Amino acid sequence: MNQTPLIEVKGLSVHFVSSHGILRRRIRRVRAVSDVDLAIYPHETLGVVGESGCGKTTLGRAILRLVKPTAGQVLFEGEDLVQLNPSEMRRRRREMQIIFQSPQLSFDSRFNVLSLVAEPLQTHTSLHGEALTQRVVELLEQTGMPGEILFRYPHEFSGGQLQRIAVARALALNPKFLVLDEPTSALDVSVQAQIINLLQRLQAELELTYLFITHDLSVIQHISDRVAVMYVGKVVELSTTDAIFNRGALHPYTKALLASAPMVDSAARRERIILQGSVPNPANPPPGCTFHPRCPVSLPICSLVEPKLVDIGDGHLASCHLLQTEVAYPIAPSVLDV
Amino acid sequence: MSDVLLSVQDLHVHFDTYAGRIYAVNGMSFDIHRSRMFGLVGESGCGKSVTGLSIVNMVPPGGKIVRGKVLLTGQNVLAMSEREMQGIRGRRISMIFQDPARSLNPVFSVGDQIVRVIRQHDHLTREGAYQRALEMFESVAMPDPERIFRSYPHELSGGMQQRIMISIALACGAELLIADEPTTALDVTIQAQILALLADLRLKERISILLITHNLGVVSETCDQVGVAYAGQIVEMGETGDVLFHSKHPYTRGLLAALPKSATRKSALQSIPGNVPDGLTLLKGCPFFDRCQYAMEHCQHTPPPLIPVGGSVKDHWIACYLYPQEQSG
Repeated sequence: MNQTPLIEVKGLSVHFVSSHGILRRRIRRVRAVSDVDLAIYPHETLGVVGESGCGKTTLGRAILRLVKPTAGQVLFEGEDLVQLNPSEMRRRRREMQIIFQSPQLSFDSRFNVLSLVAEPLQTHTSLHGEALTQRVVELLEQTGMPGEILFRYPHEFSGGQLQRIAVARALALNPKFLVLDEPTSALDVSVQAQIINLLQRLQAELELTYLFITHDLSVIQHISDRVAVMYVGKVVELSTTDAIFNRGALHPYTKALLASAPMVDSAARRERIILQGSVPNPANPPPGCTFHPRCPVSLPICSLVEPKLVDIGDGHLASCHLLQTEVAYPIAPSVLDV
Repeated sequence: MSDVLLSVQDLHVHFDTYAGRIYAVNGMSFDIHRSRMFGLVGESGCGKSVTGLSIVNMVPPGGKIVRGKVLLTGQNVLAMSEREMQGIRGRRISMIFQDPARSLNPVFSVGDQIVRVIRQHDHLTREGAYQRALEMFESVAMPDPERIFRSYPHELSGGMQQRIMISIALACGAELLIADEPTTALDVTIQAQILALLADLRLKERISILLITHNLGVVSETCDQVGVAYAGQIVEMGETGDVLFHSKHPYTRGLLAALPKSATRKSALQSIPGNVPDGLTLLKGCPFFDRCQYAMEHCQHTPPPLIPVGGSVKDHWIACYLYPQEQSG
């Protein structure tokens, strides 16, 4: 892609530090996100997929500066969000919004729909009175909710309806960029389909850019243009959805992840690769490649040297010694067919 | 078939709440065969979990089994006394749940917890129970059983905790394991481990499994038979391949069409209009009536019976008037 990215993430790290022990002298440092580079292009959907604790949610929040990055840059149209002062950040905030997994927890249960959806408009614009109400009704209708619900409260709605209202609120200030953090994970399949359709329609109509975070591989395959796979705070593979799902993932972790996901589709069914062990604790990640203790094809080098995320052809990024080392590369394809 | 281990027949469960009576299960019927895995699949509120709890007669307070039978090798467990039930639970029927961390007691080591179960049912010495516990841990592929025996639940990961739950459930030779969303709280790579373990135990230990889930992918990859539940009853049931790849009921078809898959990439997904019924009103006709695109006048008044269709050798049951009784072989 030769476009200018809307967002460029450079060397982003987020570490959470907490102290333990009787004297609070034992420091525990959880590397939630470590040294991530990403570019998000206008009007695309970049999917971020990974298991719990891989840092995908923290990555989304750090891009919006909802958590403070420990290091790195987040360039939004070339401007580094990490360096902005509060008033400059406030101006930028209109252009980026987030939608969370649980719509029940995203709303104050004592506010009615009108005040919930109007809040960003009151904070950032001078709209008031009739015009404000009018705009809220417009937003609700855009997400398929009737305008009559203005004076109803969150508990009166189902999860799918609340998620529509959350989308309406997120769109209030005409943002360019939305972080969607597991927006359909709390919903039943039939309702999930409605919300995915809504998000796709709005993206086309309003030319939105999405960062779609989920652990659900079938959803990510459906909605994303490109996919980033994360493991213990790092992006291990990044390419187009087609390259990862159809032409074949290259990183052994991605392969195992795809093979573990239960699918109804008999055509999509792959040979099972069952990984041993579980995801390492990000407070104490293994040395070298963080995946090496579970990797079915690891080499001696993997426990010593951390592989870098590099282009291995056609803009397909992966961090694996097997794909990079000159010596290992010729044998890699057969070795990787685990 | 003669090898039916458990037969649930016309089960009805109601809950009395301040909002009114909730009709959670309305005539659920299915059979589970020996050494088979039966998937009970449906969206939230379809009564699948309540059905699982009813089988061991442990419906939560407020709930009441108003009608129906649960036959375990021909014996109705719902007619048993509480004392008799205690001999069934853990010994013949065991149950595991979605969140293993909440099923284990945080203040006892996992060894204590499995030994307690073993000694409750089998009159073994402490040493005998310890040996049995280690065997059980090994059978669920736990590394280093002696160390695990002394561990507390918080020291183990979610996947390990679920293995412990499975080992406790099977420690006294249960014939039926009810697994209520056993992998929903786990990551996909761990889910794959647990599902492989269940499939393995089913063959090696010859146990039957009732797998309750909302995930059609999980059903597709692990279950022999599947029942699709909607509003407290089975709407379609049969061999997994028949139900998922030659589905007939409009609800099953709608559910499958709503799943994102490779073929639907970037196009609009089909969704089922409307919402799942809330269970507060006892529906007169077909429960899917108001969301069904093929609904007929008839559907609104009389509920369609669950009948075999297609005339295939294998059983494939549908509760829908689109498939009239005449077709049944």
